[in-house]
Amino acid sequence: MELIRKLEVLADAAKYDASCASSGAARKDSLGGKGVGSTGGMGICHSYTPDGRCVSLLKLLLTNNCIYDCHYCINRRSSNVRRAFFTPEEVVQITLDFYKRNYIEGLFLSSGIIRSADHTMELVIDVARKLRETHHFRGYIHLKTIPEASPALIELAGRYADRISLNIELPSEKSIAALAPEKNLARTQNAMAHIRTKIDESFAAKTKPGGAKPTPFATGQSTQMIVGADDSTDSVILQRADILYTGFKLRRVYYSGFSPIPEPSALLPIKPPPLVREHRLYQADWLLRFYGFKVDEITDPNSANLDLALDPKLAWALRNRQRFPIDVNRASREELLRIPGLGVRNVERILGARRFTRLRLSDLVLLRLSMKKIMPFIIAADHTPTLFGLDDNSLRQRFLPPPKQLELDFENPAPSKADVRSVISGEI
Amino acid sequence: MRSILIKPNFESWRCAARRLLHAGVEPAAVLWSDDADEASLFAEESIIPESGGVPKVSAAFLDIARSATAHTDPRRWGILYRMLWRITRGDQRHLLEMPTDPDTRLVRNWCKAVGRDIHKMHAFVRFRLVGVGEQSGREQFIAWFEPEYRIVRLATPFFVKRFANMDWSILTPHECAHWDGNALQFTPGVSRDAAPDEDAQDELWRAYYRSIFNPARLKVRAMQSEMPKKYWKNLPEAPLIKGLIADSRKRVKTMLETEGLPVKPAPKNSYLESLRRLNDQPASSAD
Repeated sequence: MELIRKLEVLADAAKYDASCASSGAARKDSLGGKGVGSTGGMGICHSYTPDGRCVSLLKLLLTNNCIYDCHYCINRRSSNVRRAFFTPEEVVQITLDFYKRNYIEGLFLSSGIIRSADHTMELVIDVARKLRETHHFRGYIHLKTIPEASPALIELAGRYADRISLNIELPSEKSIAALAPEKNLARTQNAMAHIRTKIDESFAAKTKPGGAKPTPFATGQSTQMIVGADDSTDSVILQRADILYTGFKLRRVYYSGFSPIPEPSALLPIKPPPLVREHRLYQADWLLRFYGFKVDEITDPNSANLDLALDPKLAWALRNRQRFPIDVNRASREELLRIPGLGVRNVERILGARRFTRLRLSDLVLLRLSMKKIMPFIIAADHTPTLFGLDDNSLRQRFLPPPKQLELDFENPAPSKADVRSVISGEI
Repeated sequence: MRSILIKPNFESWRCAARRLLHAGVEPAAVLWSDDADEASLFAEESIIPESGGVPKVSAAFLDIARSATAHTDPRRWGILYRMLWRITRGDQRHLLEMPTDPDTRLVRNWCKAVGRDIHKMHAFVRFRLVGVGEQSGREQFIAWFEPEYRIVRLATPFFVKRFANMDWSILTPHECAHWDGNALQFTPGVSRDAAPDEDAQDELWRAYYRSIFNPARLKVRAMQSEMPKKYWKNLPEAPLIKGLIADSRKRVKTMLETEGLPVKPAPKNSYLESLRRLNDQPASSAD
């Protein structure tokens, strides 16, 4: 098969993995005479496809042959998709050629499972080893690992990669058993625990003064959960994410709304979930990681799924009106973070500004806050909200977006601009 | 009123601002203008040594001023001088930490726009291979880019670190940067036709771009908010965008109408059998 055809098949096979992060790597560059590449700053998105996703890493499968039969996956063994196989040298060459033209930040390599987990891992590692050792490639490498691979191979992968990941795919053992019969939750989490230990050890060795130069290891691990392929509720998904963040110190959990695939399985739903569900999960994820929310606070005790019409912080605030209004001139950082429409950065700005001045509404307008959203919830020097007399329903109505944004709509496909910004900046 | 003519760059502004501050000239009494070609310039006159009582200003302010002067808003020289005055003579040392101050906000917004432009330059520059150095053996690349602001000097050190072992030139309408492995050099701007149009890898890159796109998740506005159309003309992948959008509805319809494939029994395979045996064991540590 021609190289360009292989690239088409094996990029198409890789596109269902949502991860694209290229930040958070240790600092390195190519000054000093050898190789190409640098990492360590903010990740860079070198292009965007019309699905709104960034193209940062060259995302490829080494092969889409697979002996597993995960029903949500286009590459499962019972699919009739066209198969292809890169040689490690081919992936190395494409990566270097693309990198030197500034198309990409690096390589994200995954693979279908062929023969066994160890055999597959060895092939994937071979690509990374050639890039790092033969070509002195200093760009970003993300390697997908396999829970069943031997610990020694996972350690080797972590040595060459900036990030490694294991996809948990589904939030419960029951769903995994039904849709991905070869996978197993306990094995996946055990492998994550092993990776966490290695990352911690490497970090401790690096920061120990006078210590010997440690063996390099990836600086983070991440995972992905598919949303809407099974009947797991948002509550179950977020509980699992919380376990992964607190128990295994994952950098990121990616939520990938189940997307229709060619060669669908009879076990899968025909209709994909609305894209906004995935978006609400990301917002909830941010609340967990940066806003001090506990997982039980985020979903409504009366409903296991997030409100699709409102962002989860606003929905929480409407359920907990007794906590408001909050005085922006006196409240603690923790309290400010609970105000709908106020992101992490603006909380810092408010804390900075109020050392010198008493904040009025006009000051908040200068910070470009959504006044409509925050005004009912705050007290400022010249403002006390009056809306709190209103009943639940009318206050909620005030915040509802036009209903057309809720469905996958080809005429008007995008979420609002504010939603887009909030996904990118993480501000809610 | 004093008229001050400077070159449109940070150094020239800094020189003039230092002299004015030293002379105690209030911001309201200065009329700033800039001209890149003007020969006799205020800033090129002799510089009064700093020992003459010029107040010190923080490195953070100088960083912000350096970045803000790369903007093109004609008010920038005067507003930066006014901030300098307020910080050093106006007893407002904390001005930069006051995000609600109109000057601070305006200058920070300029910095943000400049920072975004730098980031987009790091993202959207596309190098084209033009040859290999006969003696050095180093690959030689040329890129064409059209930044919105005067950011070439601020943005190019990044490329030095990343592509230290390639020879490259980044050409822009305002200024060009050249790296040969030893020094980063700058020359005046050139026109678009000085750079090559295509690279042999562009076709493979387009094949990748086409294939990594998921038609079931069309979000055109999300794409455009991060990759505005003004950049498209210099991106080799951009000509594909229209067609990908147009075809996506049909592709999704086909997928949704395809009948689900039945589950097949697992083939005989010793590795899969070993996994099955593992799965049948009671779970160890996970819940």
